[in-house]
Amino acid sequence: MINLVYNEMIKIVRKRRLLIIAAIIVVLVALFTYAQMKRVQSLQEQLGTTDWRSQLQQQIIDTQNRLNSSGLSEEWRKFLQIRLQQQQYYLDHDINPSAPGAPTFMRMFAENSIDLFIPLMVMVIAADLVSSEASGGTIKLLLTRPVKRWKILLSKYIAMILSVSFILLSLGVISYFISGVVFGFAGWTMPLLTGFSVQGEELDTTNVHILSQWKYLLMEFGLVWFVSIIVGTLTFMLSVLMKSTAAVMGIMLAALISGTILSNMVSSWESAKYLFMVNLRLTDYVSGMAPPIDGMTLGFSMTVLAVWGLVALMISFLVFTKRDVY
Amino acid sequence: MTNGNVTLVVKDLRKKIGKKEIIKGLSFELKKGEVFGFLGPNGAGKTTTIRMLVGLIKPTSGQISLCGYDLHREFSKAIRQIGCIVENPELYPYLTGWENLEHFARMVPDIPENRISEVVELVGLQNRIHDRVSTYSLGMRQRLGIAQALLGKPKILILDEPTNGLDPVGIREMREFIRFLAEKEGLTVLVSSHLLSEIQLMCDRVAIMSKGKIIRIDTVEHLLAEQERVIWKVEPIEKAKSLLEEETVIIGEEDGTLVTYYEADKLSSWNERLVKAGVKVSEIRTKLPTLEDLFIELTGGETID
Repeated sequence: MINLVYNEMIKIVRKRRLLIIAAIIVVLVALFTYAQMKRVQSLQEQLGTTDWRSQLQQQIIDTQNRLNSSGLSEEWRKFLQIRLQQQQYYLDHDINPSAPGAPTFMRMFAENSIDLFIPLMVMVIAADLVSSEASGGTIKLLLTRPVKRWKILLSKYIAMILSVSFILLSLGVISYFISGVVFGFAGWTMPLLTGFSVQGEELDTTNVHILSQWKYLLMEFGLVWFVSIIVGTLTFMLSVLMKSTAAVMGIMLAALISGTILSNMVSSWESAKYLFMVNLRLTDYVSGMAPPIDGMTLGFSMTVLAVWGLVALMISFLVFTKRDVY
Repeated sequence: MTNGNVTLVVKDLRKKIGKKEIIKGLSFELKKGEVFGFLGPNGAGKTTTIRMLVGLIKPTSGQISLCGYDLHREFSKAIRQIGCIVENPELYPYLTGWENLEHFARMVPDIPENRISEVVELVGLQNRIHDRVSTYSLGMRQRLGIAQALLGKPKILILDEPTNGLDPVGIREMREFIRFLAEKEGLTVLVSSHLLSEIQLMCDRVAIMSKGKIIRIDTVEHLLAEQERVIWKVEPIEKAKSLLEEETVIIGEEDGTLVTYYEADKLSSWNERLVKAGVKVSEIRTKLPTLEDLFIELTGGETID
């Protein structure tokens, strides 16, 4: 089995997939770091102060102004209200939620890329794991070895998990070092608040507690890893079912993008919460953002994702072991 | 195993796709050291049969046993006995030839280190083995494909269209190589082809397939000898024709010649009769038919390319 996984890893590495992904991450992180730096600068110029309290105060006032304007959609209004309460809570407890530093950047980057960017990178690895063997014809050589089919598929699945873990690790390391150059490397022990829960339009703060940033980060990266594995598993299934890598990519991309669109407009369509793509933003539960549909919780979303993943895995193995190869 | 020399046994092999039966009950046995040819037009079921033999397609019914191991029940042991190339030798283009072989060697238990260099030498790829496969010519890929098939020291080699896309020199080399493997290394080689001349030159025995059935299995010599013809150049042709028709069947007539079947002991008496009747016989010669003629005869004129 180790040999089989080793084979699969060699193929992934020699296809230069991991290298390309690492390069994309470097470019994007550098881009975002620069953008973030510009934002901080312009904010300071606007307010004429570097004190975060006045900055946060200003943000609260901005939000209030926007709330007062008419023509705001119901969802947006709710979102802003919750945001407002959260910002107020941070201010009252004298905690700066966006204190600069590499760990903060890592956290924000992970939070913002969990539903699209990271799944996209996972797709690049998982989409052609099986389909490229089918379209290249090498599947025939693979399956005429004295190795059971389920073992071959399992080795590919394990290789996918290893690559996904590697991607997340390099994402963490790259974003830490690049942003650290600009914002400084400190901030691991900065306190953050978690445990916000949203009840209707009210923010429930009874369970709110303080967490050091490194613990918070660990938690968030764990969730990002979980989401990546599920997205990887779904892509893997499509890769088993279809010969064309382009088709696999197309379908996954459509699903992911429809997820980000749906999240903004499904609050009245309740059964949409069973779709995997509206459940991807797991980190929002930790930071206390309102879920797209009432009643969605971290446990609920993780269960939905796990069920999708398990079903996809079962289909993959059933189809792969039974199928006639032409 | 019925006999120590039999390496591959197929019994009543069938495959249905939907309601259509595409392989209709094949049975045959292959022996050690023989080159066996599968001959048939496209769509006769050669490739489907081969894919069933190597475990890529599950038969609807029937048995396949490789060196005594049942392919279905003892897959790993059975498949260990064969090496194969199904259609084109598709290897990983982004790896070198050597890495490809390493890759497949890792999938088979106990292949010694030096086996890879052994097979590379056997197929004569030493000079280019550390180049990427994407830079190989088709002939080199074909050789690498054979090297990969020989890695696990198989007893049976299954090659689907092994000379497809090769140039004449490549075809000749491949043919000699296959004969070498069978005669010197004692492998059983199963080759499929739609090229009759290929099969004729390379194989000991042939199975002729048409529409999912084997319509004939025999040695190449037998098949050809049985159909040996005699060509008569005679004058006047009408008289000769009526005389010969009393003795045998005339199967062809073209520009001043008649074609009959060959019967060694009767040929001289036919000739005597013709000469006595005043027919001028200027030429009698025998001709071996090609497998192509045979094929068309056996399948009733079904086309082959």
